[in-house]
Amino acid sequence: MAQIEISPEIIAEHALNTQEYQQILTILGRTPTITELGIFSVMWSEHASYKNSIKYLKTLPRDGDNLLAKAGEENAGLVDIGDNLAVSFKIESHNHPSALEPYHGAATGVGGILRDIFTMGARPVAALNSLRFGNPDSPKVRHLINGVVSGIADYGNCFGVSTVGGEVYFEESYTGNPLINAMAVGIVEHQNVATAKAEGEGNFVVYVGAKTGRDGIHGATFASVELTDESEEKRTAVQVGDPFMEKLLLEATLEVINAKLLVGIQDMGAAGLTCSSSEMAGKTGAGIELDVALVPQRETGMSAYEIMLSESQERMLMIVEPDKFNAVIEIFEKWDLHAVKIGHVTGDGKLRVLKNGKQVAEIPASPLVLGGEAPVYDREFAEPAYIAKLKEFDQNALPQPKDLNAILLKLIGCANIASKKPVYSQYDHMVQINTMVEPGSDAAVIRVKGTNKALAMCTDCNGRHVYLNPYEGTKGAVAEAARNVACSGAKPLAVTNCLNFGNPYKPEVYWTFVEAVRGMGDACRAFETPVTGGNVSFYNENPTGAIYPTPTIGMIGILEDADCAITQEFKQAGDIVLLLGELTGHIGGTEYLKTIHGKIDGEPPHVDLSAEANLYKVMCSLTGKRLLKSAHDSSDGGVAITLAECCFKHDGSNLGAEVTLPALSRDDFALFGEQHSVVVISASMDVVDEITRICEDGKVKLTKLGKVGGLKLMINNVIDAELTNLRYAWENGLKL
Amino acid sequence: MKYSIIQFPGSNCDHDSFYIPHIRGHKVEMIWHKETNLKDPDIVFLPGGFSYGDYLRAGAIAKFSPIIGEVVKFANRGGYVIGVCNGFQVLTETGLLPGALMMNKHLKFICKHQHIRVENNTTSFTSKAKAGQVLDVPIAHKEGNYYIDEAGLTQLKDNGQIVFRYCDVAGNLSEKSNPNGSKDNIAGLCNIKGNVLGMMPHPERAAEDVVLSGDGAVIFESLEASFQ
Repeated sequence: MAQIEISPEIIAEHALNTQEYQQILTILGRTPTITELGIFSVMWSEHASYKNSIKYLKTLPRDGDNLLAKAGEENAGLVDIGDNLAVSFKIESHNHPSALEPYHGAATGVGGILRDIFTMGARPVAALNSLRFGNPDSPKVRHLINGVVSGIADYGNCFGVSTVGGEVYFEESYTGNPLINAMAVGIVEHQNVATAKAEGEGNFVVYVGAKTGRDGIHGATFASVELTDESEEKRTAVQVGDPFMEKLLLEATLEVINAKLLVGIQDMGAAGLTCSSSEMAGKTGAGIELDVALVPQRETGMSAYEIMLSESQERMLMIVEPDKFNAVIEIFEKWDLHAVKIGHVTGDGKLRVLKNGKQVAEIPASPLVLGGEAPVYDREFAEPAYIAKLKEFDQNALPQPKDLNAILLKLIGCANIASKKPVYSQYDHMVQINTMVEPGSDAAVIRVKGTNKALAMCTDCNGRHVYLNPYEGTKGAVAEAARNVACSGAKPLAVTNCLNFGNPYKPEVYWTFVEAVRGMGDACRAFETPVTGGNVSFYNENPTGAIYPTPTIGMIGILEDADCAITQEFKQAGDIVLLLGELTGHIGGTEYLKTIHGKIDGEPPHVDLSAEANLYKVMCSLTGKRLLKSAHDSSDGGVAITLAECCFKHDGSNLGAEVTLPALSRDDFALFGEQHSVVVISASMDVVDEITRICEDGKVKLTKLGKVGGLKLMINNVIDAELTNLRYAWENGLKL
Repeated sequence: MKYSIIQFPGSNCDHDSFYIPHIRGHKVEMIWHKETNLKDPDIVFLPGGFSYGDYLRAGAIAKFSPIIGEVVKFANRGGYVIGVCNGFQVLTETGLLPGALMMNKHLKFICKHQHIRVENNTTSFTSKAKAGQVLDVPIAHKEGNYYIDEAGLTQLKDNGQIVFRYCDVAGNLSEKSNPNGSKDNIAGLCNIKGNVLGMMPHPERAAEDVVLSGDGAVIFESLEASFQ
């Protein structure tokens, strides 16, 4: 193995270009060994190095008074929530593995993000998933959906985390390349926050968790190339997860962290032992020496290359002071896990890999890692041709449908709008007994035990909107996420993001990326929700083309008083229904335009950032004073869908409403147009004056729409729908 | 009152099962499965989760844990034992309760609010409930399809061992109100002596105002009444 000659073919197989290989020669001053080439290859892959994205990611707002760890500094972001507690959260993609092996791909995606959270010392309290597939009528797509959903369910349920929210979207562009973005949220006491660093010459490098096998070799590199027909042959790059092992690892890890027995800890996720050791060594400049022969292995005859690059799941790397090693071993033994010393911290700033005492790799750690001298590129970008054509779209030229009741019934049953209960009912969303607002409302809300606080959380992105205008679409994703959190009674706090795009070497794709990041930055600054971290997933393409650019936003909001949490459903007959914000009847990029008129065209709705920020402040004030019975933001399908969803109670019963919407040029525009900064609220009659005053003060337009009551939804003399019929269509629109 | 919560590797409702008796003011102790001392409890609680990752069969490996011998002795002495979800599976595996829990009829994990009807309110676990009372207690399982042969079912009925049945909001039993295919809509049962209860629904998930249902609290209240 040691004598493999580094040919141009081998270099190309490692997805390194000529310029990068030259850089390797300069860094080492000699030809790399195959193990060294493998290490460079995974560390310089997009997945680990962010080489094609970091320039723009750095433009995102990453400062805030309550941020305890900044984006990229640790395994996950960390935000102070008072009471000596912090919330750690992050979202990550597992798109390519799930395309090939949906069950294990999705399951290990969940496992990876959970490890990111508990290596911070935080106990994961909630999980969310943002999923995107092709048309669910296709048997192949349904195979993917069912595999992904059961993979997420089996992993999260066994691990014991409440999977409380997320989204599921269907668009043709995701057909061969589904998006599986997993988010996790954890809570940690300040003094128990752990860090991912190697420090103290002579300290032990300790391996714990599952044994290393040949699974997942080159997963990180694989995530950084386009999917092709040959990708199916790369199945060994998909890892297999074991949630039971992860649960043991969680309990044991938190026990050693809380007992103050560790200097540093990092999980072995993408790029396995390579990434964890070089990042820990590179962060402090300390250096690590390890012997791969000491790594517990479940297969025989593994080479140093394979051990360093394996992405076997449920493994951790820890730095332990020698005199604390026995205490660490004891705790892991309790959980039937074996902590093994595989090396030590040095002082020479190098990652040195031995096999049976013989050196197989020696690389300065700094050039391997982000923030060190790893390559950083500024790619070329150009506006795609289709963008200019969108301006020609004229919504007034659309034929005017006659039967709006039939349109409403069709829209509410389309897969993107239909109830996602067939998905979330497979996820344990109540374990840990914190779930105050269950899946199906705008955002999930979980209480924080031992305090009066609660956290609201959601993921959002309308990929079609982003495709049509990446800047506005991404502003919209942040706005909708913040609005969903605000509609649950919370103040939007901070953001994590998962940037799913096509091949960054295509200027048209890269333009969508640059525009999206610009939109996210503007929105996050306006809403004072800093970006705490996230993940970039490029190369989401298949032979039929790139996916819709999909910058998924994960948002956390805080309720200082958990009792102020509210849901979207109407509560009581006789309550007044009101509209916050203004209907514009915008049709470009809407679900109505696609499902009813068969067009994906026009500008998506734009976000007025200051109007949107005013809305959150008003919502906070209204919910904080407990003036509202319900709140539901308007998004996919327009305000008619919003109103219908308000009528569907979580317990399975219905409660209707009769409302009059402000007149627009056409009824279909008013009912199904999509615009930002609009929320439907309900409240008892006696607080309407106070609501009016707060809205006036907060510069948010308030319109009285009508009353809650009955078992029908009636809008403007044009919609007169039995809720049982609407609900049947909504509940049966998505069949798995 | 003192609760001992048995903690297996893979238990994941152990903290929840600890939390509820704790906030109700009881002494609660977590007992690791490798121990052989129950620490003198009034009630032993076998929590939900995936003991041993549900390998082989849910609950099948947990029954070989060192602590289980003590739980069986405790139960045979008349001590109160409650097993919820995976804990119920462990109880049927150890033989403390008859029957078995198979894969759900639709073969999927299901998590939702579920109505159950109190079939026997004379047990120490249900004395504060009304006979026929309908409770909203969440379920979350993949292997909750209770099976027992006809002779066994007759015995359960004759002895009043069926404690809860799955029903709809009005208390009606039907196939539609049966979420997992359980024989005779059985959601929970006790042994003949009435000191061991196994149930698939999670009362600890419905015992506070902060969550959507508080109906499960009646089980904790009943146990408290038994020890007054």
